[in-house]
Amino acid sequence: MITVLDGRKNQVREKGRDDRPVECGRMSLAGSVSQRACVFCGSRVVLYPVADALHLVHGPLGCAAYTWDIRGSLSSGPELHRMSFSTDLREEDVIYGGEKKLRLALQELIEAYSPKAAFVYSTCIVGLIGDDVNAVCRRVSCEKGIPVIPVHSEGFRGTKKDGYSAACTALSTLIGTSEEKIAGEFSINILGDFNIAGETWIIRKYYEEMGVRVISCMTGDGRVDDIRRAHNASLNVVQCSGSMTGLAKIMQREYGIPFIRVSYFGLEDMSQALYDVAKLSCSGEMIKKAGNIVKREVSEIYPELQNIKRDLEGKRAAVYVGGSFKAFSLVKALRHIGMSVAVVGSQTGSEEDYEYLREICDEGTVIVDDTNPLELSKFMDDKGVDLLIGGVKERPIAYKMGVAFCDHNHERKIPLAGFEGMLHFAKEVHSSVMSPVWKFSPAYRLRKGIYE
Amino acid sequence: MLLRHTTDNIIDRKALTVNPAKTCQPVGAMYAALGIRGCLPHSHGSQGCCAYHRSALTRHYKDPIMATSSSFTEGASVFGGQANLLESIQNIFAMYDPEIIAVHTTCLSEVIGDDMKQIINKAKTEGKIPAGKTVIHTNTPSFKGSHVTGFSNMTTGMVQYFSENTGDRENRVNIIPGFVEPSDMAEIKRIAAEMGVQIVMFPDTSGVVNSPMDGKFHMYPKGGATSAEIKSSGDSSFTIALGSLASTQAARALDSKCKVPFEVLNLPIGLRATDAFVDLLRKKGGVQVPEAIMTERGQLLDVMTDMHQYFYMKKAALMGDPDQLLSIVEFLTDLDMKISCVVTGTPAGTKFEKSIKEMAGGDTVVKSGATADTYYFHQLIKKDKPDIIFGNTYCKYIARDEDIPLVRICFPIYDRVGHQYFPLTGYKGGLRLMEKILNELLDRQDRDAAEESFELVM
Ligand code: SF4
Repeated sequence: MITVLDGRKNQVREKGRDDRPVECGRMSLAGSVSQRACVFCGSRVVLYPVADALHLVHGPLGCAAYTWDIRGSLSSGPELHRMSFSTDLREEDVIYGGEKKLRLALQELIEAYSPKAAFVYSTCIVGLIGDDVNAVCRRVSCEKGIPVIPVHSEGFRGTKKDGYSAACTALSTLIGTSEEKIAGEFSINILGDFNIAGETWIIRKYYEEMGVRVISCMTGDGRVDDIRRAHNASLNVVQCSGSMTGLAKIMQREYGIPFIRVSYFGLEDMSQALYDVAKLSCSGEMIKKAGNIVKREVSEIYPELQNIKRDLEGKRAAVYVGGSFKAFSLVKALRHIGMSVAVVGSQTGSEEDYEYLREICDEGTVIVDDTNPLELSKFMDDKGVDLLIGGVKERPIAYKMGVAFCDHNHERKIPLAGFEGMLHFAKEVHSSVMSPVWKFSPAYRLRKGIYE
Repeated sequence: MLLRHTTDNIIDRKALTVNPAKTCQPVGAMYAALGIRGCLPHSHGSQGCCAYHRSALTRHYKDPIMATSSSFTEGASVFGGQANLLESIQNIFAMYDPEIIAVHTTCLSEVIGDDMKQIINKAKTEGKIPAGKTVIHTNTPSFKGSHVTGFSNMTTGMVQYFSENTGDRENRVNIIPGFVEPSDMAEIKRIAAEMGVQIVMFPDTSGVVNSPMDGKFHMYPKGGATSAEIKSSGDSSFTIALGSLASTQAARALDSKCKVPFEVLNLPIGLRATDAFVDLLRKKGGVQVPEAIMTERGQLLDVMTDMHQYFYMKKAALMGDPDQLLSIVEFLTDLDMKISCVVTGTPAGTKFEKSIKEMAGGDTVVKSGATADTYYFHQLIKKDKPDIIFGNTYCKYIARDEDIPLVRICFPIYDRVGHQYFPLTGYKGGLRLMEKILNELLDRQDRDAAEESFELVM
């Protein structure tokens, strides 16, 4: 067993050797090099793709600066979300409070950009300096006649997950505020897809081809008006276990809309998503159409996947991602291209999630919650992996170790969701794993027994 | 049109920053702390700050950036962060075994009012700091200054914790390099070595954030100034502080703590600023400028003269950090370029504005501090279109929208490599900067030239 710090022992398991449940959902140990972020990060990530809303970060400038247009969430129209607005609280505001500054900033911005709604994110110190953000939002909302929604996202209030739920709460105040009635046809909301590199568009296309009406893609190429009438949908289809399930539950409670959880990564999961939605529509027509789409799309990419698989057969991967649902899909998707997963972990998985991971993984796979670079690099070394799938902070670690990398986080540049996404994913993995550059890595030479 | 929301109608904004041209203090402190050998920067605040700062530096350097966080919780915001820091210190030494932990605060711990000195002392008395290991700190309230201030504060913290005057005076010069790239720090060391001057330089991030690929992940790459070196700075005979915003504070602290006199110079970017640096180093080191350095100077000057007509009256707009801007503006005016505007989000004071105007002329628009942001910079560019833009990666939106070439400088640079390995400082750095400018200007000329005036030889 690999050595880890005492306080973290229960957050790491190796299948077959230690099958007790993975402890999770706790705050990172103080002093660890955690790869996790905070509440603000979680809520900002979810809400940010609402492209015709104003996003104002209330606090010192840093938080706004670091989140300025770093997530490749695409919009087909307005791009207000790509701007970075901050109240840039200074020393005098910390002493006297930032309410006035917030109000002025909101007024100025709403006048200048006429957004459909405004989200105000309170960061770390806002509560402490005594700002009543709710009151300011209410007042400006009355004056300007648009919803101005406070998002309580002080970083210390929990983990990224708590940020997701703050975002869900914020969205839920918008939902149901439109009078519009959409009746009759079978309709859905797409929840938890962020339209990174245009992924929502791909998914939406499939659904529409099946004859499903998509009322809103809340958080991917999102629009305020769509969100306001989202309560008309017959079904919520939730991707990414962590971020939007909360909202789906709220909508179930308040509007009686059922929800299902899906994933759009990999062939099985993508097909399953279409079948599940079709089944719930109770329309034989839709079920048939779903089948046709799956058949057509899979046969289109299958030959190429087989070619890629030939090269990658037998190679091993480490997977460390934000949400555990993505980890499930990746384990399956990698298998399709001949790769096994030797290390797998997430930042926000739950106990059941890890249980499920254990089920689908091979014997000896290391399963880990909230890891840190030192641990991760040790696991990777011990298991001799050829590929790491992760986010921005993991990339250089992999490269330094002479290991290929695939970004499955918000910095990915090409769509990895849907059937065509599976092919992109396979190509991306292939291009990195098979690159000749690794041949020059001392680690590779050591492994292959080439000594100088 | 990525920045379609920018209009050229400039109205005075009071309460609002749009598309910032700076970032918060802790990231500068984190970067500076990485310039100590075997040091793990520690962020005393919520987890998010640390994650953001690490991501920002990772994107800029494409190297693993290690730092830890106190992981504040609701409790910490009520009762203070002492318990979190004590626990962190214990965990960090147990888990990651660094030589030094360099703690910086965040906006949250500042507002809560944690007394860092007292907490570190408590850790000491409670035996949480193993023998031979050190914990240092600096205060980096994010609601003051900018990332440059954070760098300056951490560097000053190094002096306060390490520098010591043992009673001896060595014939040695301290160099505080300023908030520059690892490549610049390496170049400054190279110049000093070439001249035969014994120096101590801190912080020194070369080899840390641009470490070589050797097939392993190193928590502590080989570079960095050692604590012994920083300690010995108290016995040096002189300090050269490069860049007034980033380095003056530490030099002053060293002077009052260890009586080491100092002089502040502009960052050695461009011919004149490098001359000043080499000259001071010569004087204080008691050496002659060697042939090799004179050759480098001559080569820079040679290209300046060879190509001067391509720079003539070309108009530049600059956004970045104050210390860099001062030297680059000087260099550009020496090349006969015109400066339309200079913007920095870092509060740089009236002296900065005056110095720029003295070099560039009274017509140049200069703005620093609050509401001097990328949005404003873009507005200035719309009003008075330059031939070339200098700025960080975020300026590429402007460059694209307005179809103006961009030379990337300062922090952050997320979309190109080079800054890690090739300096802008020194005579060689001047050559590199000039090459970058020329490439942009000449590519543009080639692209836009009419067929009959498309030139082969330039
Ligand atoms: S919470 Fe404060 S210190 Fe942290 S990133 Fe935001 S502005 Fe910077």
